[in-house]
Amino acid sequence: MSDIADRVKKIVVEHLGVDEEKVTESASFIDDLGADSLDTVELVMAFEEEFGIEIPDDAAETIQTFGDAVKFIQGAV
Amino acid sequence: MFDLSGKKALVTGASGGIGGAVAQALHAAGATLVLSGTREAPLRELAATLGERVHVVTADLGNAEAVEALPKAAAEAAGGVDILVNNAGITRDNLFMRMSDEEWAQVLEVNLTSSFRLCRAVLRGMMKARWGRIVNIGSVVGATGNPGQGNYAAAKAGLVGMSKSLAYEVASRGITVNCVSPGFIETAMTEKLNEEQKGRILAQIPAGRMGSASEIAAAVLFLTSPEAGYITGATLHVNGGMAMI
Repeated sequence: MSDIADRVKKIVVEHLGVDEEKVTESASFIDDLGADSLDTVELVMAFEEEFGIEIPDDAAETIQTFGDAVKFIQGAV
Repeated sequence: MFDLSGKKALVTGASGGIGGAVAQALHAAGATLVLSGTREAPLRELAATLGERVHVVTADLGNAEAVEALPKAAAEAAGGVDILVNNAGITRDNLFMRMSDEEWAQVLEVNLTSSFRLCRAVLRGMMKARWGRIVNIGSVVGATGNPGQGNYAAAKAGLVGMSKSLAYEVASRGITVNCVSPGFIETAMTEKLNEEQKGRILAQIPAGRMGSASEIAAAVLFLTSPEAGYITGATLHVNGGMAMI
């Protein structure tokens, strides 16, 4: 697994308080990991800070799963 | 009780009577302040009387760009914003039938839209800190209406609905959002009233007197305190019994 994926996973695990093995590529933050809509906003904020990038709102809306997040960040850094 | 040591508070409209009293109360409780207003001189004067832990950032809240810049400047000056008091407000009174679009828009822009923008901007830091206090200064007329103040009453009632909605969204993050709604308060604005006008107003107030700015400030201080952490989405009316709602 890439370094980016590891860092994203760490944020997700810490923020949502879920087990690491649940954070699979297709895991949906809301449906599978128990996030509410405010959690997803906070996750995006945390990603922005961790990677020093800006994630616009329309892009943030497309980030539904752990895999989406990794893919977006890999393209943005 | 009500210790705000280490907290950073942004107070808009701090050059006015109520804003100045709020600033004094929060400062006395230990908060670091950012005073904001359109006129720099009275803000500097207030800052000088308060002493340390005070920053001044001027901003015209009728200007969208200035509103965007204010929270950033405040956070830079003080090191963050834990407490936001949206106190700035203007009136452009007119009879409804004569009210211009401009009078309507100006009052909504400064009294409601700027509060929305400032709330939105400070939330990020508050969510990260898992602590925040927002107090929006409403008005009794937002609940009762007042002839000649359709725009002002709409904006003040709007603040209440906005505060409640935001309170829902961020309650789980330790952020509270409340309103303090003053009745008739002794300020430069009410000093202009003549004796007859004052008499008519006083007849409607069971307490038999106007309130003081420090009585509004005390309510704001309470709602910003750690002790008020379980109060959110509330409106605290401070009006001498003028409207018991």
